[in-house]
Amino acid sequence: MEVAQQAISEATVQSVESPAKEITGSAALLEALIIEGVSTIFGYPGGAIMPIYDALYDYNEQLKHVLVRHEQGGIHAAQGYARTSGKVGVVFATSGPGATNLVTGLADAQIDSTPLVCITGQVFAHLLGTDAFQETDVINITTPVTKWNYQVTDATELPEVIAKAFYIARSGRPGPVLIDITKNAQIQKFKFKGYTPCNHIRSYRPKPIVRPQFIQQAAELINAAKKPFILFGQGVILGGAEKEFAAFVEKSGIPAAWTVLGAGAIPTSHPLNVGMLGMHGNYGPNVLTNSCDVLIAIGMRFDDRVTGRLDKYAKQAKVIHLDIDPAEIDKNVKTTVPVWGDCKETLPLLTAAIEEKTHTEWLQLFHDHTKQEFDLVIEQELNPTTDEMTMGEVIKQLNELTKGEAVIVTDVGQHQMVACRYAQFNNTRSNVTSGGLGTMGFALPAAIGAKFGTPEKEVVAIIGDGGFQMTLQELGTVMQENTDIKIIILNNRFLGMVRQWQELFNERRYSFVDMKSPDFVQLASAYGISGKSISDRKDLPSTLQEMLAHKGAYLLEVIVTRENNVFPMVPQGCSVSEIRLK
Amino acid sequence: MEHQEGKQEFNITVYTENQVGLLNRIAIIFTRRKINIDSLNTSPSEVGSVHRFNIVITETEDVVRKLCRQIEKQVEVLKVYYHTNEDVIWQELALYKLSTDVIAEKVSVERLLRENGARTVAIRKDYTVFETTGHREETDNLLSILQPYGLIEFVRSARVAIIKDSEGFNAKLREFERLEPGEEVIENEFLNEGDQVFTM
Repeated sequence: MEVAQQAISEATVQSVESPAKEITGSAALLEALIIEGVSTIFGYPGGAIMPIYDALYDYNEQLKHVLVRHEQGGIHAAQGYARTSGKVGVVFATSGPGATNLVTGLADAQIDSTPLVCITGQVFAHLLGTDAFQETDVINITTPVTKWNYQVTDATELPEVIAKAFYIARSGRPGPVLIDITKNAQIQKFKFKGYTPCNHIRSYRPKPIVRPQFIQQAAELINAAKKPFILFGQGVILGGAEKEFAAFVEKSGIPAAWTVLGAGAIPTSHPLNVGMLGMHGNYGPNVLTNSCDVLIAIGMRFDDRVTGRLDKYAKQAKVIHLDIDPAEIDKNVKTTVPVWGDCKETLPLLTAAIEEKTHTEWLQLFHDHTKQEFDLVIEQELNPTTDEMTMGEVIKQLNELTKGEAVIVTDVGQHQMVACRYAQFNNTRSNVTSGGLGTMGFALPAAIGAKFGTPEKEVVAIIGDGGFQMTLQELGTVMQENTDIKIIILNNRFLGMVRQWQELFNERRYSFVDMKSPDFVQLASAYGISGKSISDRKDLPSTLQEMLAHKGAYLLEVIVTRENNVFPMVPQGCSVSEIRLK
Repeated sequence: MEHQEGKQEFNITVYTENQVGLLNRIAIIFTRRKINIDSLNTSPSEVGSVHRFNIVITETEDVVRKLCRQIEKQVEVLKVYYHTNEDVIWQELALYKLSTDVIAEKVSVERLLRENGARTVAIRKDYTVFETTGHREETDNLLSILQPYGLIEFVRSARVAIIKDSEGFNAKLREFERLEPGEEVIENEFLNEGDQVFTM
């Protein structure tokens, strides 16, 4: 006891105490947000969060609040904001249904490591557990889908809790944090002694210590490797280690393939970027995973969509795994050398320890596979001879116009896989998609947030007809905020990915995938958003041009062929080397 | 608990902050994977402000390591250890309620209790409560012995366990308080020093 207390006093950061003024919990929260550098909040008011919204009325100049149409839209927007800006996304929602509507977004942010701080209102502390109006047990509901959560029942706790929330959300492997504030704490006045951001929690170690012996061992394996192969994921982007990563790839001369969330960490056109991994990834990266001798995984977690059947995954290879989260090492794939730590720190050490090399023949093997894939898949997807348009040719045309400079936000399904496969990314933080959770309805709200996160960039949302109808209410937000986003609906009149599986694995028993849609252009028009629907190939370039040249939001519906399949494909339960080209 | 394919009892010791909701956060790491918790005890530790969980599960070491890493990842968890039954000193406490008439009439019961190291904690006109402390087999053994004598109530506590080769948490906590904790504290016990790689 004595030891602990002594130690605590040593560790306490001495903050300069400003003369304490009496303010409400709500005002203290907003003061804290400003000091944390928050400029944009996505939210929706309601009874239990009204005192915070009342305080917000006076902070209009410093804090921009975006009124969404549904709390799920709010949290996806905050995710899009965080993904493009690299900052913590902030969401306000009320108690009960307001808070439960956040759950999908929390789960999405948790699995995709997106830093968020969500503030939910809660009923008065004395009503907790009484089944009060709009009371729900938000802390327990959100525990599995948050990195950390906490209920504040006394305003004096607020400064410290908010400081912890931001520190936890953005440090280490980022993730969503939820702070539930009872109404009495929002109203309560207390002596606000200023706000000190948090930089240490004794029970929390965001980064493991880098161990030089593992760097050395990894370098030895890499130097001796004949057929080394790099897999990279979002960890490179989250760690802000794009430059360090490019330096490593270029010195080592090793072919590198990306997970869906890793796209853009190095440019698509980089000579050592050999393509996408996983179920609908490129042919070479999948097949050659089972031929390489050293597999170097950087900031990725060996998701089942990447590995396929695990007992036939890279069994011949020695595995080097760089990750900031110790729980990821050996979780799915057994590691030969674990390189714990922030890849911004570990990559330069590793680069320094390796020999400069080229792997010409080995790299050529990837190109040979690409050639096969091009002949059997890519050619007909990008340059089809069919009457109807394909999703791929829309992406190809878009690439030609945006030159890879746009932020591409995708929903979930066939269009997502096609967009990730064919979209060109010159820059990091320009691919925004729901990777781990596969949340349909993600793209429209995420695109709104993405635009707020990077207003200087063109933001193009690519969405299927199914996913669009899950969160289309956010067109209202686009209208109100005049958000300059371009929306492309790739409409195949089907829930395409499920239909593809039904075709391939369920004998074409198309069970509830045939989807009727409203007139999307008229719908957009009802929100004052310009739009056009095209089904003829000859209209594609000019309409895309018109869309991009348009000032303000624009909705383009492209009617694409109904029963197209996304290939290549690693069928579920198969090894990556059993990837199908047709 | 039957032992299937390398499964055995593991004692997981978790040092944590004393925080509402943390029990749930730890429990769902098991329930999410449909792993049954055989025994769970929360108590203070040797350090005043630090809580200690003792959790017993029957699993393979491989699974236990992964679970421990997931537990240690939680923000308010300071440290996690896991041990086999051989690595810990452990005890469970059991209470048995019997009819006082039966005790008075049947001398054999009294002898059985004495032989099993049971202690009397309460004697009332209509019932008597005995207590034993020991390993599962010992408390189970007395349970089966007393069953024929009309045992009225039985309850057994969660397991508490002391790690044989632990030096306690006081020194470690001091390191945790520092901004840059020393290597010794930050070292993850799940690293196999022998061949310098994880064995999981």
